[in-house]
Amino acid sequence: MKRIMIGAAIIMVIAISAICAPVVAGYNPLEMDLTEDAILQKPSLEHFFGTDNLGRDVFSRMLYGARVSLSVGFIAVIISLVIGVLLGGVSGYFGGWVDAVIMRVVEVMYSFPTFFLIMMVVTFLGPNIVNVMVVIGLTSWAPLCRLVRAEFLTLRERDFVSSARVQGVSNFRIIRRHILPNAMAPVYVSMTLSVGSAILIESALSFLGLGVQMPAPSWGNILTIGKNYIDYAWWLTLFPGLAILITVLSFNMIGDGLREVLDPKSDRKD
Amino acid sequence: MKRYILKRLLMIIPMLFGISFILFVVMHLAPGDPTSIKYGMNPEVSQSARANFDKMYWLNKPVLTQYVLWMKRFLTLDFGRSFIDGEPVLKKIMSRLPATLLLQIVSLLVIFALAIPIGVYGAFKKDSLFDRVSTAFVFIGYALPGFWLALILVFIFGFKLGWFPVSGMTPWYTEYLSVFGKIKDLLWHLVLPVTATAFGSLAALSRYTRSSMLEVKKENYVLAARAKGLTEKYITSRYILRNALLPIITIAGLTLPALISGSFIFETIFAWPGMGRLGYEAIMSYDYPMVMGTGVIAVGLTLFGILISDILYAAVDPRIRMDK
Repeated sequence: MKRIMIGAAIIMVIAISAICAPVVAGYNPLEMDLTEDAILQKPSLEHFFGTDNLGRDVFSRMLYGARVSLSVGFIAVIISLVIGVLLGGVSGYFGGWVDAVIMRVVEVMYSFPTFFLIMMVVTFLGPNIVNVMVVIGLTSWAPLCRLVRAEFLTLRERDFVSSARVQGVSNFRIIRRHILPNAMAPVYVSMTLSVGSAILIESALSFLGLGVQMPAPSWGNILTIGKNYIDYAWWLTLFPGLAILITVLSFNMIGDGLREVLDPKSDRKD
Repeated sequence: MKRYILKRLLMIIPMLFGISFILFVVMHLAPGDPTSIKYGMNPEVSQSARANFDKMYWLNKPVLTQYVLWMKRFLTLDFGRSFIDGEPVLKKIMSRLPATLLLQIVSLLVIFALAIPIGVYGAFKKDSLFDRVSTAFVFIGYALPGFWLALILVFIFGFKLGWFPVSGMTPWYTEYLSVFGKIKDLLWHLVLPVTATAFGSLAALSRYTRSSMLEVKKENYVLAARAKGLTEKYITSRYILRNALLPIITIAGLTLPALISGSFIFETIFAWPGMGRLGYEAIMSYDYPMVMGTGVIAVGLTLFGILISDILYAAVDPRIRMDK
């Protein structure tokens, strides 16, 4: 429980400051100042996280970058949730050849170096935040699908489902009212963990220049600049990386905590 | 056993077809055709040269026909030529493949050599200081952006301490080194890329080993062995380790997609002359035949690795073969 609270508190702080970025930031994240004593400034009281090669305030850029990371995380996971639950549910409930086909596709997704596909799609269809969200969502539903299928497989044999079926309840209603609500617990856990990995993928894409395009800020593309000045301007690399680490860590803490609360049988540290 | 291997081999074929088809379709959904990307900057290229180029790659035909024609050529191991320099795709990939294989295989060895002892020891000394530290390390390992770790490694060990080289595989003076010197130098260049590549999977695998150990320890047959009065040492080596570590062979196969995915990032950061960087550059320059080539080879390698780990697993664990 404690872990959920800590994780949630950190996410709240990041989310609120991202939403209120214009108020908190203090600087325009896009405003350049190319005078000699404005570029690549060390962290100071004026610029908490220093300035970049174009004299932009890194702290302000990171606040706006948080919007990118969080929204990509949430929307990508919602997309993969819809696909995963739909396919996993159909697969587990109906079985047969539908199940066989879907499981083959899942297997392909598992043995595929998805990052290559993501890189390709984003490049060829245009590197922007919408494409990044959609592509991450479309390539990360396989674990969720397996999970939902396994839940459905056990639940559909339970007595309360049989009794509903005997009473002539339609398949759709059985799934919606009787199976789905009982299958959601592990799904919530896996979802929370997926938000973290979606954020990691987005940051890697932006870092490679395939995600959010400069001058718009994202944690990944601040790191791209950081890489070019790594021997001199350590702050450009340190702070965005820490932000990614802390955000993902917080989501994982929530996920781990949820697993404990929702599934008391599992040993805490296993 | 033979039947099992044959079955697994046959399963790869439709998967390879499916994946290559997905790659092909994605590439052709893209707005803008490769002719205009290749020649767009150059107004002097005549219309007929363009038409010729289109014809050479069947770009004037529908996507499905293009795929079939591509597949026909692919089956004779002809991947076409790179748009950028006209070199055969296969030749370019083959010249880069050894560097990637070297990096991946060394990383895999490092992952196994470290993850299994960490996991096993953590399970035996559950809740000890070591276990707590390694649990924390695993938790951070899951959340750490790999490319950021790579940057930090470059900053600390490359620039601040100057211990390891931060880019490439061989220095310019390589031809002046003795054989022994070359090997030492290569290992030196491997340190940082391998650390960055291995870290994420290391965390995952050590966690997996630990929970697998803890699970097997609770099994009834372990209890029975103990009740029979077998020594703890015998139980550990014959009952627990054997059963807990077998499934890890499969996990080895499953870490491959992550490793190959990582190679696109890490080879770019460390300027490693491998296939990952080649693929990244091909994507960035819209070099269609190169993208298809690297994509299919990357997928093929992954599937092959998974196949090997499955076969190994079936070889050491007879229960798997009986199943299906």
